[in-house]
Amino acid sequence: MSTLAIHNGRVIDPALGWDGIADIVIVDGRITRVGPNEGDMVVEADRIDASGLVVAPGFVDLQTHLREPGFEHEETIATGTKSAARGGFTTVCAMPGTVPPLDSRAAVESVLREAEASALVRVLPIGCITAGRKGELLAPAGELAGAGVVALTDDGHAVADPNLMRHALQYSTQFGLPVAQHPEDPALVRGGQMHEGWVATRLGLRGRPASGEATMVARDIALAELTGAHLHVCDVSTAGSVALIRAARERGVHITASVTPHHLTLTHERVAFGDSYTQIHYDTSAKVEPPLREEGDLIALAEALRDGVIDAIATDHSPVSAMQKDIEFDLAAPGISGLETAFGLSMRLVVSGTLSLPMLIERMTSGPVRAWNLDRLPGCEGLGTLAPGAVGDVTVLDQNAEWTVEPERFASLGKNTPLAGEQLRGQIVATVFGGRVVHETAEVAAL
Amino acid sequence: MTTTESTEMPPATTDPEATTVAQTGSLPESTWNHHHLLDLDDCSRTEIETVLTLADRMREILDRRIPRVPALRGFTIVNLFYEPSTRTRASFELAGKVLGADVISVNSATSSVQKGESLIDTVRTMRAMRTDAIVIRHPMAGAPYLAADHTDASIINAGDGTHAHPTQALLDLYTMRRHVGDLTGKKVVMVGDIAHSRVARSDLWGLAAMGAKVVVCGPPTLLPLGLRAQDRPSHAKPALPPVSIETNIDIALEGADVVMALRLQGERQEAGLLPSLHEYAAHYQVTAERLVRAKPEHLLMHPGPKNEGIEIAGDVARGDRSIIEEQVTNGVAVRMALLYLLSGRVDPSEVGAETRV
Repeated sequence: MSTLAIHNGRVIDPALGWDGIADIVIVDGRITRVGPNEGDMVVEADRIDASGLVVAPGFVDLQTHLREPGFEHEETIATGTKSAARGGFTTVCAMPGTVPPLDSRAAVESVLREAEASALVRVLPIGCITAGRKGELLAPAGELAGAGVVALTDDGHAVADPNLMRHALQYSTQFGLPVAQHPEDPALVRGGQMHEGWVATRLGLRGRPASGEATMVARDIALAELTGAHLHVCDVSTAGSVALIRAARERGVHITASVTPHHLTLTHERVAFGDSYTQIHYDTSAKVEPPLREEGDLIALAEALRDGVIDAIATDHSPVSAMQKDIEFDLAAPGISGLETAFGLSMRLVVSGTLSLPMLIERMTSGPVRAWNLDRLPGCEGLGTLAPGAVGDVTVLDQNAEWTVEPERFASLGKNTPLAGEQLRGQIVATVFGGRVVHETAEVAAL
Repeated sequence: MTTTESTEMPPATTDPEATTVAQTGSLPESTWNHHHLLDLDDCSRTEIETVLTLADRMREILDRRIPRVPALRGFTIVNLFYEPSTRTRASFELAGKVLGADVISVNSATSSVQKGESLIDTVRTMRAMRTDAIVIRHPMAGAPYLAADHTDASIINAGDGTHAHPTQALLDLYTMRRHVGDLTGKKVVMVGDIAHSRVARSDLWGLAAMGAKVVVCGPPTLLPLGLRAQDRPSHAKPALPPVSIETNIDIALEGADVVMALRLQGERQEAGLLPSLHEYAAHYQVTAERLVRAKPEHLLMHPGPKNEGIEIAGDVARGDRSIIEEQVTNGVAVRMALLYLLSGRVDPSEVGAETRV
């Protein structure tokens, strides 16, 4: 019998409405007791002193690229989940854009087997919508559901053919799987390197217009309405798509959505400018799809997150090798290695007063769990909360700690971040998965 | 008779342009603070004038019977061209050779670039061979910036994607200045495919620095969005050059001092940006009839290569207001000036001091 007691932290469980000083006791991977001084009731236990720290449910990421199989030089299930643990995540949903793609039982099972052997946290695979992510034929959703996928997506490729998307949505309903779509219309953003606007004009780069997202989101909402299926919009990045999603939710369409920390906090100016508007650079570390947008979009996204129009913060963690970034901007692979900066970057919304800390935690825990009903799965009972009986996934954080982003110290193989050298406020101090400490800073370990 | 073996630069003779500048009371303090030339967006008016003033002296060398001086003897220049080019490449080669530099042209079609060598590796390899300056033409925006981050050789942008072409802009400014003197308040109208024109982008910065009023004109599908007043960020005013936008060519040309037609690529029609080249010509071709609205003494320019009968009528391209061929000659002089400045073998302050004579 293994017991872990986390003492005297400020326990924030948004799903249960808790916010107060308490101890948490985890026995054999399940939370057994929560309350003041409960930790003193157990005799033999490993202990974490969380005095002055916040104790939250383990974070859940709906969108993580683990890159294995196929791109093990960029990330593996072992390094990706270690990176997740560093970032406070105890559950990651693995994107299917691997080689081979996760469009068959065999591919999904190979990921689950590797996760069993080497993952530090829970890995929930996502299957493809179409075979080979080619947008031509449906992938076998029933077989994938049977193998354990929690959603369907074609990863960075939106399903372009509206008729195929209609059928994908329709077909998914019998398995209760959300269909998650990258929100950009391929025809409108083809060849685009960054947000279409004045910065793209300054740099001479081809733009990806904001309307390239609105048209896709509007189309998919209409198809979700037609089919009654569950549509999830990944990586919402524009005020226009926020307005569409807000209106659709008000009409009762079954639609959920997620936003990345970088789309919430960084604008397209990040691609070109440092301290002045005189000197430009072409910062491939800020190249992402959808691209970083404008100030007005950031405000709309933060409001939508606060109002629950957007359910969750998802990292879209996309580790990319240096070889794929230290090249011409047009050739550089899109993506940000985001797991280890997700909390600190999102904390900027708390620091600015846009979100409360409990609300931010909600959008990283029970928000994503509710969006995809992840707690229905075996082994995920009570996921996203700290209620007795729930899985023993806990994140301990220091909301005031300031730290400097040093990519070379990431556990992720992907050192690609536009935040190198930047100060973030809010640090993960310890991560507990199934009652086992999978990450702790030197300060906590010394106690 | 001028000797070809003089190691000295020709003495600054009476310089009509310098006088013009002096008369306006804005004689430049000559400066040049760049190790690379990536674009004109970070060049001041005085820096640009340093190049143009030096170009006058280079032009004088070019016009000699045997145009050859050893000013850059032992200086090595590599032309690294990832995109076909006739005039820019020849212009840089000649500019280097006139000054006695060693010039090598690397053709990307036959080099290790084809084997997938990265730009960074190629540039480092060139530097390892003790190259002093690398002239880069590349189909992708920002490639020279990447190169400049990874070498201490001087990088000269000879055109990167649809971003910038600063030496073309310098030769345009030089050519205009030779004819109209001070560009302050002069109306310069650029007609054509602004959205895809690296020449237009660099010209906008250069003309803004020189105080000209610029109008860009073209069909809405060929105008970049970011330049419209409503797209401009209020918090970042210096981030884009000032410019007016006009889709009607007759309105745009009204009272123009300089008219510049830009090359229209056939692929714009294929991309669905234009119904046909014929329709483009009907609405935007620079013709004698339309140029009546410009000032009688207007200058007509084109960065080349031009499609006569599409963006510009053949008769005006070869007419008496056209200075298109002179642009080409001046291109060599301006590139000579630039190479000499980047070589560090001339004290920029001397360039200005001599113009004060």
